[in-house]
Amino acid sequence: MSEPLLQIRDMHIAYGKVEAVRGVSIDLAEGQIISIIGPNGAGKTTLLSAVMGLMPFKGTVRYRGEDISGLGVEDRVERSLCLVPEQRALFTTLTVKDNLELGAYSQHLKAKEFRQRLDFVYDRFPRLRERRSQYAGTLSGGERQMLALGRALMARPKVLMLDEPSLGLAPLIVGEILQIVRGLRDEGVSILLVEQNALAALESSDFGYVLENGKVALSGDSASLAADERVSATYLGGAASDAMEEEV
Amino acid sequence: MDWNIFSLLTIDGLVNGSMYLLAGLGLVLVFSVTRVVFIPFGSIAVYAAFSLAAFQAGNVPATIGLVVIFALLATIVEVVSLIRKHDVKRIPKAILCWGILPLIPCALAWGVVKTQAPEYALLIASILLVVPVGPLLGRIVFQPIANASVLVLLIVALALEFVASGLALFFFGPEGIRTNSLVSGSLSFGSVTISAYVMLVILSAVVVSVLFFFLFGRTLMGKALRATSINRTGARLIGARPERTAVIAYSVASLLAGFIGVLMSPQTTFYYDSGFLIGLKSFVAAIIGGLVSYPITAIGALGVGIFESFASFWNGELKEAIVFGLLIPILLIRSWLASGGEEDEEDHE
Amino acid sequence: MIWRNPKVWIIPLVVVIAFLPLLVESYTVSLINEIGMSTLVALGLVMLTGSGGVTSFGQAAFVGVAAYTSAIVTTKLGLSPWVGLLAALALTSALALVIGALTLRMGGHFLALSTIAWGICVPIIFGSITYLGSHTGILNIPAIHIGDWSLGTPARMYYLVWILVGLAFLLSFNLMHSRTGRVMRSLKGGGTLLASFGADMYRARVILFVYAAVLASLTGWLYAHTYRYVSPSAFNVEVGIEYLLMAIVGGVGSLLGALAGSAVVLELQNILQDFLPLVTEYANHLTVIVFFIIFIVLMQFGRNGVMGGIKSWLESRGYSTSKVKKGPFLDDGDVALAGREKPAKGSRILSSKNLIKQFGGLTAVDDVSFDIDAGDIVGLIGPNGAGKSTMFNMLTRTLKMTTGSIEFMGHDISRQSQRKVACMGMARTFQHVKLMGSMTLLENVALGANVRTHSGVVRDVLRLNKKEEAQIFHEAMRQLERVGLADRAYQTAGQLPLGSQRILEIARALASDPTLLVLDEPAAGLRHQEKIELGTLLRKLREEGMTILIVEHDMDFVMGLVDRLIVMNFGSKLTEGTPDKVRVNKDVQAAYLGGTHE
Repeated sequence: MSEPLLQIRDMHIAYGKVEAVRGVSIDLAEGQIISIIGPNGAGKTTLLSAVMGLMPFKGTVRYRGEDISGLGVEDRVERSLCLVPEQRALFTTLTVKDNLELGAYSQHLKAKEFRQRLDFVYDRFPRLRERRSQYAGTLSGGERQMLALGRALMARPKVLMLDEPSLGLAPLIVGEILQIVRGLRDEGVSILLVEQNALAALESSDFGYVLENGKVALSGDSASLAADERVSATYLGGAASDAMEEEV
Repeated sequence: MDWNIFSLLTIDGLVNGSMYLLAGLGLVLVFSVTRVVFIPFGSIAVYAAFSLAAFQAGNVPATIGLVVIFALLATIVEVVSLIRKHDVKRIPKAILCWGILPLIPCALAWGVVKTQAPEYALLIASILLVVPVGPLLGRIVFQPIANASVLVLLIVALALEFVASGLALFFFGPEGIRTNSLVSGSLSFGSVTISAYVMLVILSAVVVSVLFFFLFGRTLMGKALRATSINRTGARLIGARPERTAVIAYSVASLLAGFIGVLMSPQTTFYYDSGFLIGLKSFVAAIIGGLVSYPITAIGALGVGIFESFASFWNGELKEAIVFGLLIPILLIRSWLASGGEEDEEDHE
Repeated sequence: MIWRNPKVWIIPLVVVIAFLPLLVESYTVSLINEIGMSTLVALGLVMLTGSGGVTSFGQAAFVGVAAYTSAIVTTKLGLSPWVGLLAALALTSALALVIGALTLRMGGHFLALSTIAWGICVPIIFGSITYLGSHTGILNIPAIHIGDWSLGTPARMYYLVWILVGLAFLLSFNLMHSRTGRVMRSLKGGGTLLASFGADMYRARVILFVYAAVLASLTGWLYAHTYRYVSPSAFNVEVGIEYLLMAIVGGVGSLLGALAGSAVVLELQNILQDFLPLVTEYANHLTVIVFFIIFIVLMQFGRNGVMGGIKSWLESRGYSTSKVKKGPFLDDGDVALAGREKPAKGSRILSSKNLIKQFGGLTAVDDVSFDIDAGDIVGLIGPNGAGKSTMFNMLTRTLKMTTGSIEFMGHDISRQSQRKVACMGMARTFQHVKLMGSMTLLENVALGANVRTHSGVVRDVLRLNKKEEAQIFHEAMRQLERVGLADRAYQTAGQLPLGSQRILEIARALASDPTLLVLDEPAAGLRHQEKIELGTLLRKLREEGMTILIVEHDMDFVMGLVDRLIVMNFGSKLTEGTPDKVRVNKDVQAAYLGGTHE
């Protein structure tokens, strides 16, 4: 069995006095879509930020066989590991086209490749093509999410990490976006999807991890998890989830 | 006041305003990328002016000594930082970038003196000589504390300005200098006579502004710089390293500073400590633009220049007080706008 | 060993201090006087910057105004230097009041920049007025005299200078450890924090600013009558920056930092001036370079200054650096703080009607109404982005509503400020804990009692507030006992783990004797055990009859605690009911678990 594309081992992340992640390990194989779900405050966003190098952490991150734990954010981007963060981090006073162009900044493309990639993104997000000369700050919530995703795609990522793509979006738009995400698998992109919207995430992924209070409470293939009642308990509280509490 | 005086003052104001414009652009650029209010900008202009004076006298400028010292310090700081990160592979490249590269303009300067190059070469050499100073100071002083608050960075910038002007005294001596004019002659428009110098300055300001617009609006690198100032995390996520964009910002600012020094030195006597006031007055222009908007900074700069000119006519002694007194209402407005109009604001450490 | 006890050293120290001018040469006494004068300015700066979070580059301007005032009064008007002192104090405070009122609403770096502005302007104005001697300044200022005795020598001035320094430290200590001072020491926590215990950030800043200016004016007066001449260049912004340097080098975390910083900076300057001329003819400016290089290095490595270093060293050896007097605070027969009249159980405390909040095109809260009665413990829950925080902020008046109204205790508070509402009896905690880490637990809780007390700055400085202080600390200790933190009352709050910090914030809120306690995600980031402790405390408060509203997203925590839940989603109120009913509600489940189907 070959080494997974992205291997996250024994992550411990603390900021200030808060220990947000306590010993989480996750594997992403090539061609897989993995979802990480769990209630608010479970440590999902913190985990992705650390894997991307935006925060200090204890533990290891191995990507394509290389230990990238000590490298900087920009080094990861150059290695085609990309993140679409929760806050989107768009350049609001630049145009949609500028934002997308900047997405390919690390790739040093020639003009022709550039246009090809741009078309690739525009084909998937026709609305972005329509609005390409508009300032990113004027886009609606759903369009911003598309722009953030499109910008990440400009770098032709091998592994794409998505942090709560459904945040603040109406269910229909969430469906649209997740459909596009599923389609990315055909382009050779492996995906790590962090979501608070548990059912939507499980529907779009092969395998799932349920995070609660900084630890992996459950894991399994997405279809089984979706039917598992314990998942519901982690979100809404209940005797089942109490039993899963252990103290370090 | 008659038309003559009015037009004279206005032209004088536009000349000064053009200088403040160039300086303001540089300050806004550095601040937006690094959050540093780069007061030592003024001293870099002073170095360039003194370099030109030295060239015109046929001497090798003492500025070379300054650049060498800064390059040495920066190389040491970078190498130590790489060792601590166990990133030994990058050391040779670091020595090249921080130690050797800044010395190239120094070699050029030396060559210019020895070969008795023409006037315009002296100008270019003076400007190029100070271009490394900004990024070197940025690496030595500001990069280690890059995550500090704007206030701490401001305090350090002020302290650095005193070090820079102290070094100017040490390297250039206590006497003031004025360089030989680059152009001569004048043009008349009806009753108004405009000297070639004035036209040169105003033309320069226009050209640089246009260049600025193109560089930052059209090139990918320029957009990356703007992106860094709009959203730092987003910039990192597309692979734009903040350290590199900082170097570019400081370099462009130093270039502008050098340009200003060379442009101002025929008309103004420069002393080793002239940097402080230049830096602060340019800052007044920059703050009008809220430290983020280039067009408003440009307009603000011209406004400050004209205002200073008329204030000086009214009372020469109080000129500086009036200009800096103006700063207070500007800051009040800017602060109010920055807090979104709501009273509630947080103090951050 | 007898010599280890610090108190034994006091007598020899006092003797040396008292007889110093006889023990050293005149030049050294001059230097020591200069240190004393700078200490006064630096003391104001330490308080202003260290506690108040206001960085001022312009204190030298106040020194200058005072110096010039006394110079004019004594040379041009021929009056006694003591009259000069009064005039200097009056004029400088007035100027500080005007500048402060104008500029102290600004935030962070804007404020600091404005101090550069007037720091530059004031000396230039001096230099341009002929009456003030223009650039030459004013000469032949008389010395201070007490009766026939003239303080014309450094030795004699020594006593005046250092008596004033001692007095300044005493009064400043009184101020910092009083009701006004505790508010000032919380300024760095921000306007919202201060409003939550009924204090006004702007007002506290202005008072502190004027106080610092008064200290600077003492220096100005001493300066004028020691050196016997004043000129603009002695009070320019470079000098102002040097004063700030002294405060930072000495350490703005402690009043003594002012003395340490002045001594270090001036002595270093002295040494450099002796040594450097041997090396170069530009000794003066090399001094500046060396100084500021040291300063820059300090900013990179040791921002706490000399006193910060000393404190750390002492604490690592086990000595306590706390200066707080320990309890018990009230004697028999003393009266405790008066409490607030409590509403009858079941009566309407809070009523929010049709609240709507729009940010531009986005509707964050869409027509939400609910009531809270006395003795209720209510939870406001909902998934991420539901609008809970926005609701919370509108209720506590941190945020203005677009439309709708809120009634609290029968009064319409829709237009009231946070501060007013806090005074009316609504106490809140913060999601990101806002405690003053360097203050003790007791002092942090004492802040809560701010709404119930009213000692002003003058009484506080003169220590006429003893009775009220005793009442405040008695109350603070009572609340610490109530929440179970009394055994750590004298520790600094920064040392506590997060769970205890959250509980401490609740104690602070309780110290204001609130009618309604509003908690903002109190369980966020807590470990399991800490959540249990928090839950126990809240249940105990409920039993004592406290009315509580909790905004929370931790369902486990909230379910077992509250009587009633209000669930929000996408800005609207989804449903309301008991925990059991809410948990099995299909809409609530869908809201939390999601899915992409409508």
